Amino acid sequence: MSETHPLSAALRHRLAWPLITLALLLVVNTVFNDSFLHIEWRDGHLYGSLIDILNRAAPLVLVSLGMTMVIATRGIDISVGAVVAIAAAVAAWMIGGSVAGTESRFPMPLAIVGALGVAALCGLWNGVLVAKVGMQPIIATLILMVAGRGIAQLITDGQIITIYYKPFFFLGGGYLLGLPFSLFIVAAVFAALYLAVTRTALGLFVQAVGINPTAARVAGVQSRRLIVAAYTFCGVCAGIAGLLISSNVKSADGNNAGQLLELDAILAVTLGGTALTGGRFSLVGSVIGALIIQTLTYAIYSLGVPPEINLVVKAVVVFVVMLLQSPEFRAQVGVLVRRPGVRGVQP
Amino acid sequence: MSAVPNSSFNAAATPAMPQTVTTRSRLNPKFLPLIATISLFVAMATMGSVLYTGFFSAQVFLNLLIDNSFLIIVAVGMTFVILSGGIDLSVGSVVALSTMVLAALVEHHGWSAWQAIPLVLLMGTAFGAFMGFLIERFRLQPFIVTLAGMFLARGLCYLISIDSISITSEPYSELAQWRLPLWEDASLSLGAVIAIAVLLAAVFIAHNTPFGRAVYAVGGNEHSAALMGLPVRRTLVGVYTLSGFCSALAGVVFTFYMLSGYGLHAVGMELDAIAAVVIGGTLLTGGVGYIAGTLFGVLMLGIIQTLISFDGTLSSWWTRIVVGVLLFVFCLLQRLLTHRASKRS
Repeated sequence: MSETHPLSAALRHRLAWPLITLALLLVVNTVFNDSFLHIEWRDGHLYGSLIDILNRAAPLVLVSLGMTMVIATRGIDISVGAVVAIAAAVAAWMIGGSVAGTESRFPMPLAIVGALGVAALCGLWNGVLVAKVGMQPIIATLILMVAGRGIAQLITDGQIITIYYKPFFFLGGGYLLGLPFSLFIVAAVFAALYLAVTRTALGLFVQAVGINPTAARVAGVQSRRLIVAAYTFCGVCAGIAGLLISSNVKSADGNNAGQLLELDAILAVTLGGTALTGGRFSLVGSVIGALIIQTLTYAIYSLGVPPEINLVVKAVVVFVVMLLQSPEFRAQVGVLVRRPGVRGVQP
Repeated sequence: MSAVPNSSFNAAATPAMPQTVTTRSRLNPKFLPLIATISLFVAMATMGSVLYTGFFSAQVFLNLLIDNSFLIIVAVGMTFVILSGGIDLSVGSVVALSTMVLAALVEHHGWSAWQAIPLVLLMGTAFGAFMGFLIERFRLQPFIVTLAGMFLARGLCYLISIDSISITSEPYSELAQWRLPLWEDASLSLGAVIAIAVLLAAVFIAHNTPFGRAVYAVGGNEHSAALMGLPVRRTLVGVYTLSGFCSALAGVVFTFYMLSGYGLHAVGMELDAIAAVVIGGTLLTGGVGYIAGTLFGVLMLGIIQTLISFDGTLSSWWTRIVVGVLLFVFCLLQRLLTHRASKRS
């Protein structure tokens, strides 16, 4: 493994499998659904299955980006689903408003800032528990995962809050230049993060912390501050995802918003080639991983298979990806593959 | 590292033991979380008895066992997994799958309970063994393997049926309604009796068998355990197999409780089980913890729910918030203890 020019050389190699998986899924979709790749201009915006997949994948992509940074520092954040629910609940409560759909309780920018602020606080809480208190990441975030949905229900008073304020719908359902507005949000977050980790030393520091926290600290990396920042960023990403989801479904459900999102996000990050053991990470890989999951879901729907089967397919995908990532498994298969060749040579 | 095998019920019998630093010479700090849990449980029970009429009755406390019997069984399996340093996220789904298979076999295929139950238990055990095999053989992360197991078991439920299957078979409902009369009109359900049996068996396995000691040793330090010649690989597969068996058994008990099989049964039970184990004083890093602690962890979750339902003005979501706060407090306590221990050594 070359350490001198890691990014350009290694990225291409590592992204090969996720890209092939995504391409295969797209082919499967196209085979079973002729109009899958068809995109047309309708009602003043682009319309088609691919656009739909991109729009629906937006929250998952955002959460996966945040999760990538956390996993890169050797952590994991299983509270993102709960944070999505909290952010959605805060936004819905602050916007509230009448059925007429023209007024909101607080100005919308304030509501958005409020929701993101609460989400950032949630992330900060996780980060402090992990970095300062020294809890295991899975347990530290388990606390918020358990309590978070309770808090979200507390905010919504156990009800599903319906949002009537029309401008808010633009966030998750509106279109800009013919494309879903959510794509622009995702692109902005991705671009900012990508620049931060490639143009500054941040990416290097995060990898250093993930590969060997002690060595990183000795080398002068402020690993604790970095870890807190990673969790906070993950919280903010979950917050934005919560805004998108609540805007898209025009309501906030403390109990079900972002249900199982943490698992999908971890799956997306793993599919994208980032190892759960921390260290090297791939932002592009995580985006592709999230798209794979959304395309898979779409394929299952369009094949007419009951949506519940989705879980079985996901399980099989996780098993296969895990095994492919395991050096032990690869060695085992390598032995099996090589054995006939050796026999062939001997006689 | 490995905990000294001893009867943890002795500790359970002395809940009033003071937890101040002055008694540290006599009191192993390892017991502190356990004692804190038990004291808190006693405190909450006292509080409930003082505040609400009708709270202090034998049946209210027996109901804690009855209503949480499946959680006790699941949490016992989880305790072994966590003691070994792993985690099992699939338990809730395996419970659901067991209820589903059981209901389908009994209702749609006319099997008797005596044929269906062993098959379900075998299935859960095999499921756990399969995950344990993957974790041990290919050095995969327990978190991800059992996560996939969780998806798989949940998905398999829906392959059987998307709707709930209610069990109407006469002999089966008789089993579900069976009660063990204790004194006066207090009684225990079959599920609770099974849960108690599982608890006792687990205490025995944890402290009096080579397997139990190996679990503690592997959780304390896997490399040391391997160097000591302990069967690390067999132990690792063993804990997940045991957890799978416990989940399936909990599924059987769940059908006694609900008389139905449904893919949405026991959603989030893995979290409750992990929370109960942590509140019960088991260290998540593995190697330290007691089955009896887990029992009190489950009872703590149960009594919070009972208190909230007795109160009547608090909404159900307060349960989650309180459980979250408890988790936080106990994790913090564990952290302080391990920190102090590492400083001293």
